Amino acid sequence: MALLQLERISAQYPGSPEPVLADISLSLGPQQLLVALGPSGSGKTSLLNLIAGFVEPSAGRITLDGVPVKGPSAERGVVFQDDALLPWQDVLANVGFGLELAGVSRDKREIRAREMLALVDLSGFENRRIWQLSGGQKQRVGLARALAADPRVLLMDEPFGALDAFTREQMQELLLQVWQRTAKPVFLITHDIEEAVFLATDLILLAPNPGQIVERLSLDFGQRYAAGESARAIKSDPRFIETREHVLAKVFSQRSAATRQERA
Amino acid sequence: MSSYEIPAVTAKPGLKVVPVRRSVSTRWISVLTLFALVFIWWAVTATGMIEPLFLPPPSAVLQKGWLLATTGYMDSTLWQHLGASLSRIGLGLGFAVLTAVPVGIAIGHNRIARGVLDPLIEFYRPIPPLAYLPLIVIWCGIGELSKVLLIYLAIFAPIAIATATGVRTVDPAKLRAAQSLGATRAQLIRHVILPSALPDILTGVRIGLGVGWSTLVAAELIAATSGLGFMVQSAAQFLVTDVVVLGILVIALIAFAMEMGLRALQRKLVPWHGQAH
Repeated sequence: MALLQLERISAQYPGSPEPVLADISLSLGPQQLLVALGPSGSGKTSLLNLIAGFVEPSAGRITLDGVPVKGPSAERGVVFQDDALLPWQDVLANVGFGLELAGVSRDKREIRAREMLALVDLSGFENRRIWQLSGGQKQRVGLARALAADPRVLLMDEPFGALDAFTREQMQELLLQVWQRTAKPVFLITHDIEEAVFLATDLILLAPNPGQIVERLSLDFGQRYAAGESARAIKSDPRFIETREHVLAKVFSQRSAATRQERA
Repeated sequence: MSSYEIPAVTAKPGLKVVPVRRSVSTRWISVLTLFALVFIWWAVTATGMIEPLFLPPPSAVLQKGWLLATTGYMDSTLWQHLGASLSRIGLGLGFAVLTAVPVGIAIGHNRIARGVLDPLIEFYRPIPPLAYLPLIVIWCGIGELSKVLLIYLAIFAPIAIATATGVRTVDPAKLRAAQSLGATRAQLIRHVILPSALPDILTGVRIGLGVGWSTLVAAELIAATSGLGFMVQSAAQFLVTDVVVLGILVIALIAFAMEMGLRALQRKLVPWHGQAH
């Protein structure tokens, strides 16, 4: 049973004649890690902003557990590309920030924050200042902060896009571990094809002008990792490479179609 | 070595970082300049090049300083004059912070508040405070109220404008992050907007204090019966030059101390400012 449901969503920026997203339908249920993959301009960030409630669709319906989504809420936790942490607080206070807003007592939120820091493998960093952390550590804090508020779904806006390749691989594995342990449904957007194929249980490919879904795939590479297979073994598996190339070819065929259309 | 180990470039043993060539630090040069200035002052007065009436020697000023601190001048000691000036600027600053910060937040946060308040502030801000002092004196008399009000007005504008700038430049990602954690509008202001704007607010206070102090001293020159400006002005009327020089030095010292104090406060309150994050 789907938890998050998008029905025929379209979105348009005020004053712009072209819609950024057209007729998007998708659903996200428990045990799912849905990845939206697309080049820049395909509207994937707009899609995430719609689900988060930062912007409103021009047509269609978004529901969480059957209730229409209206504005941002703690039910839909967001991890941002730029950490968006609060530098005037230490790591522990940042992770407990959502609970502080909800009026949870200091003792309780510190216990919860410590648990979440352990979950993202960042124990011992409780009293560090934000500017003393590396990019990967900041993203871990961002993830822990979103999880601490115990959202129904976790939305991730190109969370590893600004990280170096090595850190990104580590973070992908960490995300799969966390996803498996917390059983939170995750909606993640990325422009990294390998990342998308590795993480997704369900992958949607977006194409621009206007943003639309051109391919849907069900994948199991993330589950194989969760079952104990090594990330390198999975990523060098011929099936993985084949899937990656299939998606890549699809992206490029969309691109050239768009170019032809523009020329004509 | 596996491909996951990235060699550290910054801390290789055996490689020495070449220091920037600097034989004397800037601070020492400044201290030397200060000493040179006092020396020249002493030299021109000791040799009789300048009459003590125009410029008393440093020793006489120091002596007078001691006398002022202990017995006083014009019915009050130096401390009482200093206290009068400091309490005026303290009151003005206190009220200005209490009102200008909320006004700045309103201007930065709310379109209607900006429409109403922005032109008012922009209208009176460029007017030198001494230009409307006469009007304030007509309205409020020559007592403490008019001086505090003058300082208040002088400090209010820089703080309100700096706060509004700080509020407008809050990182939208931080606002969205807080919203998606369930923050209400009031919580956004309290937990995100205010701390984000704090570096700008403190800069506004620094600018405001500078303007406020010079305005206060000038106002005391014109209309007061106590305060550092009054002390200097009344001493000048009787050609007591050592008190004039001493007063000017104390005024400068206070301005310097306020600037340093605020910089220290900035370092303590907003340590993240200027850090890459």
